[in-house]
Amino acid sequence: MNSTEYDIIIIGAGPAGMSAAALADHHKASVLILDENCAPGGQIYRAIEKNQKGDNEWLGQSHQEGLPLVEAFRRSRVNYQHSTKVWHLSSAKVVHYSVNGKSHSAQGKQILVATGAQERPFPLLGWTLNGVMSAGAAQILLKESGVVCEDAVFVGTGPLLYLIAHQYISAGIPIKAIIDTTPRGNYLRALRYSFGALKNAKSILQGWCWKREIIKSGTLYISNIGDVRINGSDSVASVEYCQKGKWKNLNCKHVFLHQGVAPELNTSLSAGCDKSWNERQACWTIDVDQYGQSSVEGISVAGDASSIAGGVAAAQRGSIAALNMLYTLNLISSSDREALSKPFKKKLSKEMNARPFIDALFKPHLRYRVPQDSRTIVCRCEEVTLAQIKESINVGCKGPSQLKSFTRCGMGPCQGRLCGLSVTEILTKELGVREEQVGYYNIRPPIKPVTLAELASLDGS
Amino acid sequence: MNNFDTIVIGGGLIGASVAYGLSRSGQRVAMFDEGDNAIRAARGNFGLIWVQGKGVNSPAYAAWTRKSAQQWPDFSKELTELTGIDLAFEQNGGFDFCLNNDEYTSRQALMEKMAADSSGEFSFEMLNNHELKKILPEVGPSVTGASFSKLDGHINPLLLLKALHKAFKQLGGMVLSEAVVDLNYADKTFKVNTNSQTHESGKVVLAAGFSNKTLAPKVGLSVPVYPQRGEILVTEKIKPFLRHPTGLVRQTHEGGLMLGDSHEDVGFDEGTNMNEIQQIAKRAIAIFPCLENVKMIRAWGSLRVLTKDGLPIYDHSNSCPGAYAFSSHSGVTLSTVHALDIASCIARDDLLPSSLTCFSAKRFDV
Amino acid sequence: MFRSINNNQGELITIYFEGRALNVPKDHNVATALLEAGISSFRQTALNNESRGPYCMMGVCFDCLININGLDNQQSCTIQVSDGMKIRRQVINTSGKNE
Repeated sequence: MNSTEYDIIIIGAGPAGMSAAALADHHKASVLILDENCAPGGQIYRAIEKNQKGDNEWLGQSHQEGLPLVEAFRRSRVNYQHSTKVWHLSSAKVVHYSVNGKSHSAQGKQILVATGAQERPFPLLGWTLNGVMSAGAAQILLKESGVVCEDAVFVGTGPLLYLIAHQYISAGIPIKAIIDTTPRGNYLRALRYSFGALKNAKSILQGWCWKREIIKSGTLYISNIGDVRINGSDSVASVEYCQKGKWKNLNCKHVFLHQGVAPELNTSLSAGCDKSWNERQACWTIDVDQYGQSSVEGISVAGDASSIAGGVAAAQRGSIAALNMLYTLNLISSSDREALSKPFKKKLSKEMNARPFIDALFKPHLRYRVPQDSRTIVCRCEEVTLAQIKESINVGCKGPSQLKSFTRCGMGPCQGRLCGLSVTEILTKELGVREEQVGYYNIRPPIKPVTLAELASLDGS
Repeated sequence: MNNFDTIVIGGGLIGASVAYGLSRSGQRVAMFDEGDNAIRAARGNFGLIWVQGKGVNSPAYAAWTRKSAQQWPDFSKELTELTGIDLAFEQNGGFDFCLNNDEYTSRQALMEKMAADSSGEFSFEMLNNHELKKILPEVGPSVTGASFSKLDGHINPLLLLKALHKAFKQLGGMVLSEAVVDLNYADKTFKVNTNSQTHESGKVVLAAGFSNKTLAPKVGLSVPVYPQRGEILVTEKIKPFLRHPTGLVRQTHEGGLMLGDSHEDVGFDEGTNMNEIQQIAKRAIAIFPCLENVKMIRAWGSLRVLTKDGLPIYDHSNSCPGAYAFSSHSGVTLSTVHALDIASCIARDDLLPSSLTCFSAKRFDV
Repeated sequence: MFRSINNNQGELITIYFEGRALNVPKDHNVATALLEAGISSFRQTALNNESRGPYCMMGVCFDCLININGLDNQQSCTIQVSDGMKIRRQVINTSGKNE
């Protein structure tokens, strides 16, 4: 099969991808949109069509914000490939993807990376034990399959943690405890940005309401804590947390962890897009201009895949990127681009007003980003501990590439997704330099594992 | 200002082997190593200790390779005892597959020539598909046969590099993570300049890969090398099924497979090429059909440092006594002769042995 | 314990875990179906033989790898169950030591 050509290839069918696809289709661009999930919505609006029927009040209102996006997307004539893994994106805008065990390639004139966010790694002692999952996983289980876990302990910070806890409480699922790791000082730091935040009071208030209802429900709520660790031999036996210098123990079988989200970097980085360290969000963000165009000509990145701003902002950023791509393709004029992007920019700017406040409030404490206990596993795939990383630094390791060579850290199937940010910050701290000097892993194809049979049967590449 | 007996420029497999060997002989040594994203051939090393097929037209190279392979068991033990790093060393013989009759007959002729030239030191076996299957039951029907040499083995090349660095430091060696910007020789002293400092030594070893090309003329040497890209695929971990190293597939100690034997001339491009990846996947499945559902998790290109005739360069300078330059694309196989034979020769202030004269870069001057 | 909050789980199919028959909703993915059946250990790590199970549920972490119908390394959170599916805990025991 020779590469099929499209005006625009979009990777990811979350709010950014869906909005861009529908808009590009409306302006007569040929669009291919590739998504890993079996239905549109991304992670934030996952399984939204399925949950539309039936009484699922626990899902809350924000989930329903996604419905109009999905409906508009479903009405469009774009080529939508679900359950699809994109495993290669070249700087020449060729995409290789796998559906049902068969690989295909497509050539885009323009590419939009809209792969969203993933949860930030939260490496702490015991986080690989059976029974420990991410809070995002708890939410996926609930939204996708209506499956919940009783008497779990939630540990961490960030809107998603409160959201899932609130959904559990609304659905009547008992929670053993919520251990809120939001650093005390963050409240003060966030106050500085409260003026901007008031311009988008709705989203701030919503988070506030969730938290209030969680406390009101009588759920054990623990805050102002230091280090946390999880005990157990194979499975979780208890969570321990340090409060006022004393370790306290909480027996449980299930733990859900969360320290906010960070952009999905692998897709953009493998195509060669430039990145920068974002101190406010304590993560790498992809460099893009006001339209989402990255440093690689013809490749745009929109939504949380470039920097974290949430689902509503993602939809606006997807639309703005689509208009710019349409302009580049000569499908609309530059004045059309400006005029049509105005409402999206307005809504985006309202969303962004609240961002400094949210970022400051939920910025995870360094102790939850860089593990404290040297026995902590940093690279889950290759079972590399903090102690091994430190030992390599002593042997002369200067960055993530050498660390890979010396320890295999980041060399496993997750391709650094669960250790990359931790590694940047560990090296930064240990070497006493800046994040930019340390850098990140060199991301190489494939973006996701692909079978040798699929590689062997590729043609026309 | 720092003073050393010897400065080694290059912290790759060659530089680190020589530097380790020198500090092992009691020398005060500094080794320059580049930063995190330097072009490193070691990263693309397949991890083979490989004798068969090496030096078919150069009995001296074949003998040198054989010597190194024979020294590997003791050398591996020594490094592990010193550093506590298990190199995943195994030397139980390697196979190189033939996918048709022509390949099989020409391989056999090559192996016979190697054996004849080796005065009885190199032996091999040719196995047909049926014989091969008794040892490697997973081999597919499209494999005609394979050559086998019991001196072949494998190792984790990245752990070897780490162990050499660690051992070097343990013995008092100093690693300098700066780029060398200039090098000169006067009054029996070599001056190595970085942007911030000058370091002095009585001897200098150039083991800087492609940078040797520009550094060598400063001390009266020449190292004409060019890059050749090799691509490597790495798979997810699978149940151990392949105990022996082969020319195309190697199962590492951790369970993952390394695949690849591509040779491309693409200049200094460390990228990957989908056609090459596809060819490697095809060949791997042809040899071991059971691998078709195994997933590749990583692919990368890295650059071999090659000479026109494919043989290494071992040279000492006549105009600047004490300067040596080395280049080879077999950093793993030859690690032991670099650390033991070459290093002790430099430590004694000797010229290189006459058996290595044929590897002088002067051979390219004609 | 994981459990469903839906009273009606829709059509059920049968899958087998280590030979034990499990009746599970047909639109569940393998990881969810096993978690709901009380199974939390999906595999043993190759280097240190540690027990692991699903962590992210969104195809990112590769900790939910399991043997499905004889094939190792199947990402159970991204694969839908099918009738008669035979699932085994994955044990890839290499001699490797993680130095």
